[in-house]
Amino acid sequence: MNTQARTLDRPSTQQLRDWLAGVPDPEIPVLSVLDLGIVRDLRWDGASCVVTITPTYSGCPAMQEISAGIRAELAQHGVDDVRIETRLAPAWTTDWMTPAGKAALKGYGIAPPGEKAIDISGLSRRAGAPAPACPHCGSPRTRLISQFGSTACKALYRCAACGEPFDYFKAH
Amino acid sequence: MDRSLFQYALRMGDTTLILSQRLAQWCGHGPALEEDLALTNLSLDLLGQARLWLTLAGEVEGAGRDEDRLAYLRDAPDYRNYLLAERPNGHYGDTIARQFLFDVWHYFLLQGLSGSADERVAAIAAKSLKEVTYHARRSADLVVRLGDGTELSHGRMQAALDEIWFYVGELFVDDDVVADLAGRGIAVSHEALWPAWHEHVAAVLQEATLRLPDAADARHPAYQGGPSGRHTEALGYILAEMQHLQRTYPGASW
Repeated sequence: MNTQARTLDRPSTQQLRDWLAGVPDPEIPVLSVLDLGIVRDLRWDGASCVVTITPTYSGCPAMQEISAGIRAELAQHGVDDVRIETRLAPAWTTDWMTPAGKAALKGYGIAPPGEKAIDISGLSRRAGAPAPACPHCGSPRTRLISQFGSTACKALYRCAACGEPFDYFKAH
Repeated sequence: MDRSLFQYALRMGDTTLILSQRLAQWCGHGPALEEDLALTNLSLDLLGQARLWLTLAGEVEGAGRDEDRLAYLRDAPDYRNYLLAERPNGHYGDTIARQFLFDVWHYFLLQGLSGSADERVAAIAAKSLKEVTYHARRSADLVVRLGDGTELSHGRMQAALDEIWFYVGELFVDDDVVADLAGRGIAVSHEALWPAWHEHVAAVLQEATLRLPDAADARHPAYQGGPSGRHTEALGYILAEMQHLQRTYPGASW
């Protein structure tokens, strides 16, 4: 009886999902962990809430911060028993980023990733994604300045039309 | 325990860890802000991969050693990294030459390991491969820029390549660990990676107007020994710096 009562009381996974929409990426706060596409599964295991996340880049220092953010957000809603599991495969890709997330990036001044994940089938040097459009003025005339920007997931570009430098969230 | 898998995971973990540490030494010393950022981001990717491999090594060993104990509490003879990773940074061209030859090997190896019969190995490889594809393209770009640059940059790039070239041979050796794992579909033959590696390196060097060193020079046994714990004197200095804090204040955390 006791178990059943607890089962009825506990929030639905949809409710949990709605709460997680309020957990921002610590480095790009306009993106939530859901927008990023790293929350792969949400379920109850008895009284424990299990959140399965897939790390973005292997060395991304934000992952620890994100786990702490998820715990804090759920605790605010009274869910204290949280287990965060990490799943490596399939590897995270920017293809999992939501359309809303991509739009938010653009509004924040970061060019969102092109449609397709990075092509790992060959090493041709020029096989990279086409140059992203400038998130400020929309011009397609942009030039790569550096393959890495302020974080591993971004590259630095400059727009030839408006002259502004901008970050590009790399297709991954 | 699966001794071969333990050794192999250590080998991959130590190689990515030591190279990561080497690249981190450029932090604040890069020739341009963008290059400084790029090398430290590359270092971070490799560090993340090292954590995955060393965690796997600890799991396979089953003796309660985690990534930190393996990284901080082993001395040089217990390190299993390839010698290439520990070679000094030298000037920027030296670092780029080392990185380019490593990245291309790393790329083809991870492609093979993505299909490993061990799902943990396959997952780490598939994840790392995406990062390493980017690394390999970037370092090839720089080799072309420096090789096909000025007379000075060309000369220094060629000399850098000729020197580090001796250390690539052991990346392609199938010792008993690799042979055992390849036989079970857990790893792939390293020797079999040579043709694709060589072809790509030759193509990039040609575009960079650089001379491809002799394949025979990469096979000299004097430049091998990392995976069996015989290192160059460079490793001790890296470990001294990297392990100082944990050895002085065991269990320190913040």
